[in-house]
Amino acid sequence: MSAVIEVERLVARYGEHTVLKGIDLQVQAGEIMVIMGGSGSGKSTLLRHLLGLQAPYSGQVRLLGEDINAIPPQRLVELRRKMGVAFQGGALFSSMTVGENVMLPLREHTRLDESTMQIMMRLKLDIVNLAGCENLMPAQLSGGMIKRAAMARAIIMDPRLLFLDEPSAGLDPVVAASLDELILKLRDATGMSLVVVTHELDSAFKIADRIAVLDHGDILVCGSVAEVRASPSERVQALLNRRIQPLELNPEEYLKRLTGGPVSSGATA
Amino acid sequence: MRNTAETIGRNALAGIAELGLAAVLLLESLGWLFTGARRRQPVRFSAVLQQCMDIGLRALPIVTVLSFAIGAMVAIQGIHTLAIFGAENQVTLGVALSVTREFAPLITGILVAGRSGSALAARLGTMKINEEISALTVIGINPVRYLVAPSLLAMVAMVPLLTWYADLVALLGAGIYVSLELGISFTAYLGELRQYLDNHDILHGIGKSVLFGMLITLVGVVNGLGVTGGAEGVGRMTTRSVVHAISAIVITDMVFTFVMTR
Repeated sequence: MSAVIEVERLVARYGEHTVLKGIDLQVQAGEIMVIMGGSGSGKSTLLRHLLGLQAPYSGQVRLLGEDINAIPPQRLVELRRKMGVAFQGGALFSSMTVGENVMLPLREHTRLDESTMQIMMRLKLDIVNLAGCENLMPAQLSGGMIKRAAMARAIIMDPRLLFLDEPSAGLDPVVAASLDELILKLRDATGMSLVVVTHELDSAFKIADRIAVLDHGDILVCGSVAEVRASPSERVQALLNRRIQPLELNPEEYLKRLTGGPVSSGATA
Repeated sequence: MRNTAETIGRNALAGIAELGLAAVLLLESLGWLFTGARRRQPVRFSAVLQQCMDIGLRALPIVTVLSFAIGAMVAIQGIHTLAIFGAENQVTLGVALSVTREFAPLITGILVAGRSGSALAARLGTMKINEEISALTVIGINPVRYLVAPSLLAMVAMVPLLTWYADLVALLGAGIYVSLELGISFTAYLGELRQYLDNHDILHGIGKSVLFGMLITLVGVVNGLGVTGGAEGVGRMTTRSVVHAISAIVITDMVFTFVMTR
């Protein structure tokens, strides 16, 4: 099995602050890789680098064997036809209807006629359970509908790589579960490889082939669900079991903070 | 003291970076306009037309009202001032030159900056905070080609046309006042216009308006893309884009006029 996504020694920095400290990651063909991590762990930054929205400080990102930061722009556009992305907030274009949103990649990349594109659009909307919603504007959609519309737009070109950023965040459990089912079905039907960034544990355990846990810019563990669950790392266990980090309380520091006096490095975890 | 110096330095660097971004966007847009079709990624004509409708057609009512008023105002002031020398009947010369060379392009530019420049900044800013620009990129659509190039082309096409229209309406407004006040016939006024107005004058105004259109687009786009911080940020950058566009227009006006009259 060949790796469809390869990340090699990826370092990302915002000014002086290093967000990703040399990440190595591989996603195999047909695999669902879930990237988990707490807030500030660098998951969004990692995703932006995978999508080619940000150039790394150092290191390589290879999609389908090509280094996305080294290939000419034309080649990158052709590569993007094989990728689909659903952003956290949906990122639907607010000036177009749902149908127009979903058809946009087709308009851009293919020379299909209007009726064929519409059929494909309706097919995809049906798959995500949004049949009949094609003439609604994004402002008229509920949160779950927005996410599903974004997913429809992401899969319209039948991509080989699908990236989902927090697909179930903010959704009620039933809708979230149906989205998980959909993800699994899509992968089984088309053999696409998925990268899902999430911190919903239930979803992650259900859909993942492998889980990579990110923490403060490092990958703590990357393995199957069972391996991650059995990981000896303290922070991984805290993340998985929703254990609150114990606060080290120093009464003097606390009093100084309350009264606005000078404070040495804080006691918060 | 050091803080002030640091702030000035930082702001200067930020300003230069903005100028650089504007230049890059201009060059990229031109690149897409001329080579996009060959690369199978053309600038969408429908988007250009849509922008032309918004920038040009929908501005006609307000341009009509304002140009008429400006024209009449120039005539009123002109006659009032020339009365000091008893030279009221020379007013047509003053009106013709000042309207075509300065007032029409300036007022049109400021109007379009307020209407369309702010709309452009707001639209791009909102898209940016909604991650719509990132979404375009990952679909494989270059945001400059999709958002900036159509607006640039539409502005460069529409602002000169609006300016020319403003010329006509302003001269009409002035003519109506002049003929009423001085008792000369409107035909006589038109005859005087033909005598004093040169192609040079009209082209001077229209040439300026092309520059103004480009400035309005670039300022709007740079400010829109620089939005951070949600709705409040969009509001702030939209205001900034109008102020900067108008400032750029006025200063460019001064420089252009100076260079052209050497």
